[in-house]
Parts: sequence; C-alpha cells; structure tokens
Amino acid sequence: MIQPRYTSSIKESSKPSNFCPGCGHSIILKELGKLISEMGIEKKAIFAIDIGCSLLSWDFYDVDTLQTHHGRTTASAVGMKMGKKDAIVIAYMGDGGGYSIGLQNLIHACYRNDNISVILVNNTMFSMTGGQMAPTTMSHEVTDSTPEGAFTHDKPFMGPEILKSVAHEGAYLARCAVSSPPQVYQYMKNALDNQINGRGFSFVEVLSYCPTNWKTDAKKTCDFLDNMKKEFPLGEIKK
Amino acid sequence: MVPTKTSTSLMTGNEAVIKAALAVGADMFCGYPITPSTEILSHWAQAAKSNKSLVFLQAEDEPASGFAMIGGITVGRKAWTATAGVGNVLMQDPLSMAEAMRIPTVTYIGQRGGPSTGTVIYSQQELNLTRMGGNGEGLRVVYAPSNSQELYDMTIKAFNTAWRYRFPTFILSDGYLGKTYSEVNAWQPKKEEIVSTEAFFLNPRLQPQNLRNCYSQEHELYEVLLKHFEEYTKASEKIVESETIGSKDPDVLICAWGGVANSAKTAIEELTKEGLRVGLFRPLTMRPFPTRALQKAVSGAKKILICESANGQFGRIVRETLYGVCDIEIRRLYKPAIGIMPEEIEQEVKEML
Repeated sequence: MIQPRYTSSIKESSKPSNFCPGCGHSIILKELGKLISEMGIEKKAIFAIDIGCSLLSWDFYDVDTLQTHHGRTTASAVGMKMGKKDAIVIAYMGDGGGYSIGLQNLIHACYRNDNISVILVNNTMFSMTGGQMAPTTMSHEVTDSTPEGAFTHDKPFMGPEILKSVAHEGAYLARCAVSSPPQVYQYMKNALDNQINGRGFSFVEVLSYCPTNWKTDAKKTCDFLDNMKKEFPLGEIKK
Repeated sequence: MVPTKTSTSLMTGNEAVIKAALAVGADMFCGYPITPSTEILSHWAQAAKSNKSLVFLQAEDEPASGFAMIGGITVGRKAWTATAGVGNVLMQDPLSMAEAMRIPTVTYIGQRGGPSTGTVIYSQQELNLTRMGGNGEGLRVVYAPSNSQELYDMTIKAFNTAWRYRFPTFILSDGYLGKTYSEVNAWQPKKEEIVSTEAFFLNPRLQPQNLRNCYSQEHELYEVLLKHFEEYTKASEKIVESETIGSKDPDVLICAWGGVANSAKTAIEELTKEGLRVGLFRPLTMRPFPTRALQKAVSGAKKILICESANGQFGRIVRETLYGVCDIEIRRLYKPAIGIMPEEIEQEVKEML
C-alpha cells in the first residue's frame, strides 16, 4: 500500500484529518505545511485558528497552534505578534469567522497594518453548522438559511477589495482558488515574506470547495468553484 | 509578603493599580476605554510612552483586547486588561476561553450600575458576572479590595495567583475606589516573590503545542473538567481569604464586601462606642468564597445583617453558605447600584436589637 508522504511540519499522528471528503481545507493546509517546511519556519511560526471547519486543523501541524473563538483569531494573532515581534504569526479562518463575526478585528488589523498573515477560506457559507448564508454567499445562492436564494446585493462581500480601502502601503492582499494549489502556495508565500520583511498586514483569500453543503457531486463541485471565480476575481489585489 | 522597599505617597486607586502591575512585572496591556476603568488604560499608555519594553494596545473592542491579551500571554508576556459594566459582559468571550484553556489572565473591573449601560461610577452588581461569567463553572479568582492600599496589594497578589495557578483572576473594584486619592505604600516585592511567566509557544523547552478549547467527544471534555475542578479545589485552600472584625459573639454580624465593608467598619466603631456588640465578616476573595470562615464567624452570632450595593447577589452566596448550618435571623440591606452610608447600617443594626 502506498503511504502518503508528509512534509516535516505536518503532524502524522493526527492524519487522516477530519475534513469531509472533497473539502478544500486539506489542500490549502497541505500547501501551507509544505510552505512552512520549505521556509524552515516550524520553530518560529504560530498558527492561530478560528471556529468553524477551520478548527479541525487544531492538531494538523507540529507547529504551535491556538484554536480560538469565532471571529477572534485575528485579535489573538495581533496579541501574539505584539508580544513577540520575531514570531511568524499565521491566522487561519473561514469566511464566516473573518467577514461576519470577526470583520471588526480583521479590518482593524489591516487598518493598523499589524504585521501578521491572515489566510481566509471562502466557500460562500457557514459550513460547520450546516451551510448557512455568509457575507460571501452569492446572489440567488440557496443555502440552509436562504431557502429561496440569497437576496443581498449584486455582489457578495469582496474581502480583499474592501480591506484595500484601509490598507497601508506595505500590505499584501490577494485572492486565489484551491483548484490551483501552486498559486495558493505562491500567494501564501508572498504573504509570509511580506510579514518576515516587516512590511505589515498580509491577507490571502482562498476560494474553496464545500461539496457537503453545496450538495454537489465532483463535476458540479468544480463547476461551483468556476462560478465563484467569476464573482471573486483572482489575483494580487495589492502588493 | 513582607514589603522590602517602601514609598508612601498620595495617589488615586487607579494609579495604585498601575504601580502594582508594574512592580509585579506586567509588561503588556490591551484594553478598550470604558468608564470608570479608562484611567487604567490611559495611565498604562503614559507608562509605555517612557518605557519601550511595555506593550500597549488600545483595541477596537473589548473582545479584541481580551483575545490580544491572551495572544500576548501565549508568547510569554505578563499581559492584562481592565474593563467595566457592559465591557465586562463582552470580556466574558475571551475570559471563558482563558478559563477553559487555563490561561493566566488578570482583569481589573471597575463596577458600574446595571443592567445594561446603567450608571458609570459605582455598584456591586458585577459580582455574579465576574465570579461565574461565561458558559462554564466559574473557575476564577476574584479579589475584592476596599481601599487604595488594598488595590495595590491585591493587584500584586492577583498577578501572582493567576500565574501560579493559571486561573483567570480579577480585581473587582469600582469607580469610587479607583478615583479616590489616598496614601499608598507602593512597596516593591522581592524578585523571588514574583511568579514568573513562561511562554506556551515558541518555547525551546516545549514540544510544539496544539492547544484547543473545542472537543468532539463529551467524555474528553468531562475528563478535562474533572481535572480542572480538582486543581481549583486544591488551589482554593491556598487562595481563599477573609477578615472578621469586632465582637467574636456579636448580637449582629454584618456581612459586607468591597467599599460597603468600609461603611460597615465605620458603623461598627460607632456602635461599639455605644456599647453594642457588633461584628463584621468580609470576604477578601469573592471566588473562591471563604465558606468555612463565614460559617465560623456566624457560630457565635445572634443575628446577621447583609449589606450590599446589589439586590442580593452577595446575599445569595451568604445564605447558601449558611443553609443548614445556622438558623438565625437574616436581615437584608440591599441597595442596588447605590452606595451605603455608615449611618444607614447603624440604623439597621439598632432596629434589629
């Protein structure tokens, strides 16, 4: 039997992870694990994670990890960085945690140009609780709490674009999709480099799969993500 | 602890708290302005201006300041915060996480009238919230000072207790205490009398730490909680404090805490001059509560008078502690969100005799 090969930062004893089959988190976390190992920052990094599906990564790495409360990961990460300036602090959260309950903390961390890196996974809904509407839910999207389709605005919540309006010169803001792991890796690397170089706040939104709550098969899952890419343009929004 | 270096000077209670925090090695403060605790934040900002080793964050809200404080603690900072009233309500979010994860925190509370925004200077209505707030079992330590010197002494004690036992620790004060000028002996504890911090994260002595407060199995959490209860009970014996003054077998035993206990002390002086036998039982730790000391204090008493600036938050603890222990008359002087003068206590005592 072929055994999976893990990079050194990934904690083998906690695998297989608890994410649903087809979930995008595992792909993003694997890329981040590779990045942490290849940058050689296992002993310098702190991984802070939110409530929601992201909390399932509390023991994903052999890296110091703090699982916090819903929306409070950014603030916890800010405190870590203020307390220890040479720590490389990575905050990991979903779109509910970052854009809904934790938006105040996120936007102020960007506004203050706090030198931390935030990775936010956008699957257009609150998935741990069964797929309710999030700020990122797209127009007419049916969710557990919008059975007749979401009627918000033409556009869902555009995280990096909104953060850009308060971002400092040194900030890095980007969006990528889990369908291209090399791009996820590269943008996360750019974010961590931004932090290591002391330029300030860095933020990567990753569009991600949630077949469980989208109620999609493999093909429709890919189609859903393709549709998301039309709503949420990929690229480096600020660098 | 025996004071080593003393310097007595005139200062507000809030200044005493800051001086004590610095004396015991606090090096990070995260807060959000709210009356009557704002001066703690602004005095710290002043201190951080001249001492660059002190970290200061005025956060965007109370939860952010509480979680940033926790972030700082995880990397080895002696971080703390101060809040009040509805800010205390919001602060329960980070503090319940601290309670679950045994993160040592120190929180100064300037009580104000409630519920809701209420009034801004004085009350004793944040007792329940501070003792038992959060969705847990109140594994916390709550010190209740009644004057500026006690604010100083208990702040030093609060930091040492928090870092020694790793339970969220509080200094439960109010705006009158914080804003009153009085003489304070700002003694410096010896180095060996200060409990040091140790980083949870990026600590070369430790393996990588994966810390969580969420469990998928009920029995996992149950086992964690049993261990915490056991450690809390054990620590409680060392932490719990109270004072009993006046007659040992009083006709009336007054039960009061914080600022109200000061009024009670003045009342007892007057009543004693008049030849009446009156005593005071005052908890110095509101949680853990000095249960045995209270039961001992009432053993020689004929009647009890409970005084508090709340509608029975303290009284319920007293009555629960005494249930089945004694069956003597209990009178209540409950004045929620307003102060109690010594004359009112004297009058109540006289009506009971």
